[in-house]
Amino acid sequence: MRRHNFRAGVLTIAPILIGVVPFGVIAGVAAVESGLSSLQAIVFSPVVFAGASQLAAYELIGRDAAIVVIALTVLVINSRFVMYSASLAPHFVTASVPQKLAAPYLLTDQAFAASIIRYGEVEEPPDLKLAYYFGAALALWTTWQSSTIVGVVVGSGIPPEWSLDFAIPLVFVALLFPAITDRATSVAAVVGGLTAVAAQPLAYNLGLPLAAMVGIAAGLVAESRR
Amino acid sequence: MTSFAPWEIWLVMGLAGAGTLVLRYSFIGLLKRSADEIPDLARRALRLIPAAVLAALITPSLTHPELVFDPWNERMLAGIVAALVAWRTRNVLATIAVGMAALWLLQSIS
Repeated sequence: MRRHNFRAGVLTIAPILIGVVPFGVIAGVAAVESGLSSLQAIVFSPVVFAGASQLAAYELIGRDAAIVVIALTVLVINSRFVMYSASLAPHFVTASVPQKLAAPYLLTDQAFAASIIRYGEVEEPPDLKLAYYFGAALALWTTWQSSTIVGVVVGSGIPPEWSLDFAIPLVFVALLFPAITDRATSVAAVVGGLTAVAAQPLAYNLGLPLAAMVGIAAGLVAESRR
Repeated sequence: MTSFAPWEIWLVMGLAGAGTLVLRYSFIGLLKRSADEIPDLARRALRLIPAAVLAALITPSLTHPELVFDPWNERMLAGIVAALVAWRTRNVLATIAVGMAALWLLQSIS
């Protein structure tokens, strides 16, 4: 039954993997374009294992931002994992210690979404829930790692005149629109975006965390005024 | 291209990786039982983070292509075209493909 659930997790996430491959390839290319060595670019993916934050880190490394700013940016982007971790925790209470270490490491937007939908639809014992989660999460992990390696290998051969570094902001553009769902998120995006332009002259790319905070604050104000 | 020394890149990687793991581990590891334990203000702020951060990451790379403010450059125009595609299709690949094609076209014209 566990094996069956593991396979069900893999199958559910399979269609999503088709979209993960090009994203992973772009991440690999972007890492090399921003000046990481092939080894660093390949190791970065399993160490951080969070696509959007990896692209942000590559962009900021390329711009020579302060190390603290880069690390903070990655953490701010990945703070959503706290929400996912909180949602999944009640389902993982009975997991073994190794499972409790492996499950969070493998946590992604996609594995979270697939699992939480499943847990809402099917009532099953904790070990089967975990098997389903690990099926989805491991399939995504494997796909992400192999596609970034392809990107690193391909990226090393791409001339800078192709301006492929522009793929990073383009990915962010594509991710931005699904993140704008109501008035508060629109205000957060517009104010955050404009503040980032105004704050661009600040040293160490401090404009980015500043703009994010101003945008979030503006969004909170917009929300409370309704 | 970065002017970071190799150890600086390893340091960034280590900090980002360790910090991200702590965020993921938080509730699962601490055996907390539900999302109700996150304070309301923090929950509302967390929801707004992706929109604010993504927008703040995008705009300077369009308005400051070479570190100087230059709002009507090729990247801005290609970015606007890509944004229209992203808004209409919600498709990551289509957004990248059209955005890159627009940039190459504009660069070949100018």
